[in-house]
Amino acid sequence: MVLGTYKQIVHARSTDKQIQKISQDGGIATGLLCFALDEKIIDGAVVAGPSDEMWKPEPTVALSSDEILAAAGTKYTLSPNLWMVKEAVRQNGLEKAGIVTIPCQTMGLRKMQSYPIGVRFVADKIALDIGIFCTENFPFESLKTFITAKAGVNFDLVEKMDIGKGKFWVHTADDVISFPIKETHGYEQNGCKVCLDLVSELSDISTGSIGAPDNWSSVLTRTEPGETIFSQAVDAGLIETKPMDEGKFGLEMLTKLAKSKKEKAMKEIDQRKELGLPVPYKASSEKEDPLANV
Amino acid sequence: MLARIKEFLGMEAKPKEEASQQEVEKVAEEEKAKPRIGYIHLSGCTGDAMSLTENYDILAPLLTEMVDIVYGQTLADVWYDVENNPYAIDDMPEMDLVLIEGSVCLQDEHSMHELLKAREKAGLVVAFGSCAATGCFTRYSRGGQQANPRHESFVPIADIIKVDLAMPGCPPSPEIIAKTVVAVINGDMDYLQPMMDLVGYTEACGCDLQLKVVNQALCIGCGTCAMSCQTRAVTMTNGRPEVNSDRCIKCGICYIQCPRSWWPADRIKQDLGL
Repeated sequence: MVLGTYKQIVHARSTDKQIQKISQDGGIATGLLCFALDEKIIDGAVVAGPSDEMWKPEPTVALSSDEILAAAGTKYTLSPNLWMVKEAVRQNGLEKAGIVTIPCQTMGLRKMQSYPIGVRFVADKIALDIGIFCTENFPFESLKTFITAKAGVNFDLVEKMDIGKGKFWVHTADDVISFPIKETHGYEQNGCKVCLDLVSELSDISTGSIGAPDNWSSVLTRTEPGETIFSQAVDAGLIETKPMDEGKFGLEMLTKLAKSKKEKAMKEIDQRKELGLPVPYKASSEKEDPLANV
Repeated sequence: MLARIKEFLGMEAKPKEEASQQEVEKVAEEEKAKPRIGYIHLSGCTGDAMSLTENYDILAPLLTEMVDIVYGQTLADVWYDVENNPYAIDDMPEMDLVLIEGSVCLQDEHSMHELLKAREKAGLVVAFGSCAATGCFTRYSRGGQQANPRHESFVPIADIIKVDLAMPGCPPSPEIIAKTVVAVINGDMDYLQPMMDLVGYTEACGCDLQLKVVNQALCIGCGTCAMSCQTRAVTMTNGRPEVNSDRCIKCGICYIQCPRSWWPADRIKQDLGL
């Protein structure tokens, strides 16, 4: 199962006009966090917030809807969100923390929860993990390089970045420039090459644009708490859903990309094993399902 | 009792209501032979024992109903001394499991003797806390200090005896201690496996993040190491860990918690109910 275990898979978007305006796609992460905060399901959230530098996110503990909204939108570079989890619990005293993670971060979070070897009384304070789809991530300098060199756009003028339809899109106030996503290859960070997870298989709720129509997101609910919170947000009218498009540009596309990420990673993992390099995952010969995230 | 602990720890993904009083009592009745536990304190700060006691909610029933503490100065006031001490017992009792806190000082004959004796008397030896497991900050010792200037060389206990399980941490979290106790009582070897593997990890340092993760093209900049560091020696710069070696105590936790050092996928899925 290349999409991991899930309860339901749908297209969804936030019904809030303000969120629609500033979010990356359907505004699911932003919308759900705001909803959970209002309903006191969480008392704060660790998000990739703004820093002093444009497009360079900084892990931030958001305690209000405004702070969550300030973190809306995708930044295609590293934001070590896990770093702020202990901070959120200790300094901010969160009892029910929300967090937005990309798959590798979801994995760090879940490992800490199952084996909190040196992490005291943090694991039980995580109330909601929203996992974001991720194909790969870029060091900040990589991002800067291909935006300026390939798209030829002054980095400071960029208003939105987006990946879709096989292209990397750069929006400025009066222009939209794109180049094939293939041209970003070679700029991604190395650690991504052994990653077997595109859809945050271990999150409470996973979301991302892949397989969804414009301005909508694909959403998978996975755990009991994830399913409950998502349903509550839908019932409250803050999230609207429609059935998942099963076709070529819907579920088929999501499955295809998740599978291809796994296949590429398995090739890299097997190769590393042959070279005697360390890797925490099993070789394809060592596991039943060669594409499982183990 | 077991159900109550599990529920407290969130070890099983099931609704809270299910762990009813009835079930608790039923499980308590099923408990038969209580494991005999020992606690030996070598060169450590008692922080690991303190962490054990931080399991307030479950500590009293844990100590009274689930295990027998048969040996240990702090927890049971039972200790043994070769030198005919009138307050000490004549010989160390047999134990199913002994927790050893602290590294061992090669120049301290008493500690060395107690450690070797513990291996003889205990079925399972646990290196409890980073001092016992990796040496932790006692690795920095250079002797020349009171109370005994000759006490200079402190090593992880696995350097001297065969260790069965390592539970590093400065200190190990109260939760991991409780989870491990439950796993031992249940004979849940799958849960314990990573801690059996960690027995071999005796030379720990914050620089492992660089050597074993970044240098090996495995770092993804998630920040788990920086979160886990118990002395705030690790920060993240441009998505990579940066270790302040003046703050690093060589406990090994940053590398142990890293999702790219070892990956307990099956257990995580089980815990999440996925």
